[in-house]
This record gives sequence, structure tokens and C-alpha cells, in this order.
Amino acid sequence: MNDDQKSKGANKSLPLFYNDSFIVSFVIILLSSILLYFTFQFDIVPPILNRGIQPATFPKALLILIIFLTIITYLLSLKNSWKKQKKLPTSFYLTLSSFILFILISKFLDFFLGISILSIIVSFFWGEKRILYLLLVGIIFPLFVFIFFEVVLGLRFPAGIITNFYYS
Amino acid sequence: MENLSLIFAPLFSYKLLIVLFFGTIFGLILGVLPGLGPTTGGALILPFTMTLDPLSAIVLLTAIYCAGTYGGAITAILINTPGTPAAAATCLDGYPLAQKGEAGRALGMATVSSVIGGIASVIVLIFFAPLLANLAYEFGQPEYFALAIFGLTMLASIGEGSPIKNLIAGAFGILISTVGKDFMTSIDRFTFGVNELTEGIGFIPVVVGLFALSEMLTQSTLINQIFNRVALKAVKLPSLDDYKKTWKTILRSSGIGSFIGVLPAEGGTVASLIGYAEAKRWSKKPEEFGKGSIEGIAGAEAANNAATGGAMVPTLALGIPGSATTAVILTGLIIHGVRPGPDLFREQPEFLYGIFGSMLIANVLFFVLGFFGAKIFARITLVPNKILWPMIFAVSVCGTYSLNQSIIDVWIMLLFGVIGFFMRRYGFSVVPVIIGLILGELVEGTLRQSLVIFDGNWFMFLKRPIALTFFILSLIALSFPLIKKNKKNDKI
Repeated sequence: MNDDQKSKGANKSLPLFYNDSFIVSFVIILLSSILLYFTFQFDIVPPILNRGIQPATFPKALLILIIFLTIITYLLSLKNSWKKQKKLPTSFYLTLSSFILFILISKFLDFFLGISILSIIVSFFWGEKRILYLLLVGIIFPLFVFIFFEVVLGLRFPAGIITNFYYS
Repeated sequence: MENLSLIFAPLFSYKLLIVLFFGTIFGLILGVLPGLGPTTGGALILPFTMTLDPLSAIVLLTAIYCAGTYGGAITAILINTPGTPAAAATCLDGYPLAQKGEAGRALGMATVSSVIGGIASVIVLIFFAPLLANLAYEFGQPEYFALAIFGLTMLASIGEGSPIKNLIAGAFGILISTVGKDFMTSIDRFTFGVNELTEGIGFIPVVVGLFALSEMLTQSTLINQIFNRVALKAVKLPSLDDYKKTWKTILRSSGIGSFIGVLPAEGGTVASLIGYAEAKRWSKKPEEFGKGSIEGIAGAEAANNAATGGAMVPTLALGIPGSATTAVILTGLIIHGVRPGPDLFREQPEFLYGIFGSMLIANVLFFVLGFFGAKIFARITLVPNKILWPMIFAVSVCGTYSLNQSIIDVWIMLLFGVIGFFMRRYGFSVVPVIIGLILGELVEGTLRQSLVIFDGNWFMFLKRPIALTFFILSLIALSFPLIKKNKKNDKI
């Protein structure tokens, strides 16, 4: 028995809620159902202005199609279970968290500070411990990008503690 | 004759030659780096093209497309990791041949067959695109709707993924296109009170998120991965014996690649897999495949590069992307105010033939650069991910922000990065999302306008011969994966 078969077998023996196909299908159907609910809140166009179909009809049809296809995918997975995925490593969660940190810093402090901090965190947790290289990815490269976009493309970046200093 | 002079016009424009040169180098770098590729690269470079005139911008994108598709072969052969998905089939024989100490021979064959495939497909493009554009004059709204549906159903047979998952992803892409003000009635849809969403979700944040950011998250799970790089002395031109063995394969794969490329939504990945499978089927020594067969490399590489010109046919003639990268090129055209379709052929032939000529030159350029520079380009893979990906993040964020100067676009990009990561993790291809997003407005718009024409009678679609043909083709496209699966089961 090869590794793939082993992992498939392992996935099949898992309880329902730990099964990838169940979780993924459940999430898709749940999100689609929420969006479907929202389509019922769309404004209705009076018949005289309505061209063809109501604005909500097309998204509704798409969401119903997604739900229908997801149910089929799940039923098919009962026969041929999905390959069991490996557990995600810590480096993934750290990278994902750095995205959230970037959003917070870019919103409340500074856009480029956000890029610098994310770059340093990602590089460091992916194994880069040399200060020079961390400075390269965290300060020198973002600075180069900033100047390039600012000078060559004439772009104005959002206000922030560092960008304000530059613009003033 | 006049068209011929238009095709070679880029040769006499130093500006276009410079753009082509840098586009080809950039394409090769993107192709070599696993996880990047012409689609992501094209999306990243799109904001920069705003400083260029429309022709230079599209020439840059097409050069990246051609060179990036070939560049994937370098990594496939030397480190057994396809630089682009289209080079996956090249790994099967390229790496085993390189392990035998014949990396130069493998790369030489990949380079030559890519160039032949690429040039053959541009010839197909030059002759076939104007014909298709002329045919498109017969298209009304119902025909465009049926064509877009055909393009979407073709998603079912993209790559090796599950057809149903591809269709879910395609429907998701169309759903994204419905966000914002409804273009016919100005009713808000899925805006949730966010003003920036009334304009809809942009293509670039979604593409950069789904391709670049999701790949960054994927790379975060592989930080301990070690590549075994095979040493390369120099790229060798194929010997006379190799040419004798492979010329039929190269020609066959060039034809297959061009044909697959023309089909809406299909692209280099599908073309190379079919090209490889056919090379094996027709080979006198099929048992050598997977062990370093030179025919295997030729079959896969000629096909994936032949798909580049093929994929440009529906993109330019109909405004329907032939692949994920041509969806980016299509966006580039729209951003620069160029509307693809039959009128483009009539009103701006110099623009179109400039693109055709540039694609021909790009193929010659990547032959020269690939032949003499493969060793240098291969060294780019030595840049560690811990340095490379934070830099790509910085460019992705600034590039996405720059198009509309909107921070919301950056957040959308991050969100799609996470969505893309989980989609790929659970076997959903992200390519259908891109195709769905770009076709979404066309599908909905033409459907609603057709229903106005037909006074709400859906059966009128079946009374339009061209539309009916596309619907029948759509049914075939949907049933094809099932037939393929049954055939596979029969063999087992």
C-alpha cells in the first residue's frame, strides 16, 4: 500500500467533523447560504425599469449552483475520500498572523512600516537570522520600492508616521 | 504584404525592442522561480505598464508570457520542480535525463522545441485570429452569452483537478464579478455598506492574491524543503540524431498546443500534458518515457509554448481569455483602453500586427537568452525563499495599491491570498476563479440583454444556430471529463 492510499484510508476512518471533505463542503455551503440570504435583501427593481431579470437573480442562481455542486462533491468524496492533508506548520500561522499585523499597522500607523515589519518577521521566522539580510528585506528593499513607485509612477502612498515625514 | 510589414514593424522600433528584451528577461526570471510564473508576474507588472503606451504595455506582457512559459522548463530539468504549472510534464523526462549527466542536452531540446512550438503558434494566431474576428461579426448578445458559457464549461477539463471543483471555482469567480453596483440598474450587490466596493472587486487584487500571496503562504509550509540541483555545464543544441527522433513529435505537439490554446480557458498546462501523452503514444520507444526520453521533453515543451499563440486567438478576436495569463493580458488591454474583438482588427491593425510581430521576436529572444543564459537564470533559484518572498510581498502590496490608490484593494488581495491557499490545499484550482471573474460581466450582461431581446423567452436561445452550437459544445465539454474517467476505469 503506498503513502497516498494510506493517507486516503486514514481520512476515511476519521469522524465526520474531522473529515476534510466535510469541513470544506460545510464551510462553502454555510458561506454560500449566508450570501444567498443577503441576495434577498437586494433592492427590487420595478417592472418598468427591470431589464431582463432582477439584479438578485443572477447571484442567486450562482449561489444555488455552488451549493448544488458542493453537495455533489461531498457525496463523491464519500466514495473516493480526499487525500489527507498534513498539519500546517507553525511558520504558516506566523506568516498568516503577519498579514493581520500588516493590516493593523498599515491602517493605524504607516503603510510602509507595515511592509517593513512584515518583511522582517517573515524573513526571520523562515530562518533568516543575519542582520544585514534582515535589513535588506525589511528596510532597503521597501525603501527602494517606495522611491520607485513615488518617483517613477508618481504614486502618493497613504498618510502615516513615516510617509508624512517624507511628504512634509 | 502590408500586414507582413506591420508584423515586422517592432523590429524597427528601438523602444519596442527594449521593452521586448526586458520583458523576455523578466519572463525568464519569473518562469524559473517556482511558484511565480507569467500569470503572477504579468499581474505584478501590470501597474508599471501604466507608464507605457498601450502597444508597449501589451508587448511587455506578451514577452513575459512567451518567455515565462519556456523558463519553467529550466527549473523542471535542473531541480525537478516545474517553474510554472505548464512545465510539470517536462519534469517527467527532463530531470531523469539531467541526472544522467545530460542536463545541457535536455535544456537544448526544451529550448529548441519551445521556440518551434511558440513560432508555429504565432503563425496560427496571425492566420486564425482575423478569421475568428470576422466570424464574430455574426455574433449578437445571445451568441456571446453562449460562447462565454462554453468558455466556462471548458473549465471542467482544466488540468488534473476535479471537474466539479473547477466548476465551483469558476462559479465563485463569476460571483465575485457581481460585487458592486449592478451595471444595468445601479442596485448595490454584496457591498455591505463599503463605498469602495460599489465599483466592484478589481481583477489585479484577486489575481495577485490568488497567485502570489497564496503561493507565499504555501512556501511558508515548505521552508525546510531542499532542492537537489543538477549541475549544468552548458546548453547543447540537439544533435542530428535527436532532431530525427523528435521532429514529428515537435510538429505534432505544436499543432496540439496551438489547438488547445485556442479553446477558451484552456492553456499551456493542459496542452503540455496532452502533448506529452501523445508523444508517448506515438513513440517507437514508449518504455523510455519517464526515464529521460528526449521525445518526452520535446512533446511537452513544444505543446506548452504553442499554447501561448493559440491562447491569444480568442483573447484578441473575441475578448475571451484562452488561459489565465491571457486573462491578465486582456485586463491590460482594457486598462489601456483597448477593447478586444472584431472591431480591433478593423480599426487598429497596426496594433494587432505589432503584437503578433513582438511575439515572434520574443520567441527568438528567449531562444538566444535561454541558450546562452540558462546557467545564469538557473542560479536565480539559489535566492532563498526567506529573502525572495518578503520582497515579492512588498511589490505585490505596492503594485495592487497603485492601480486605484485604494487600501481596500490591498486587503482584498490579502483575503484572496488566504482563500487561494486553502483552495489549492483542498484541490480547487485558482485558475477558474480568474477566468470566471473576467467572464462574469460578459455572461451576466449578455444573458440579461438577450432576455430583453427575446422578451424573456429562454427557448429563443435555441433558435440561434451559432448559440445552439456553443451550447452543444458546452455539453460535450461538460461530459468530456466523465468520458475520460470512464475510459480510465475501463483500462484499470
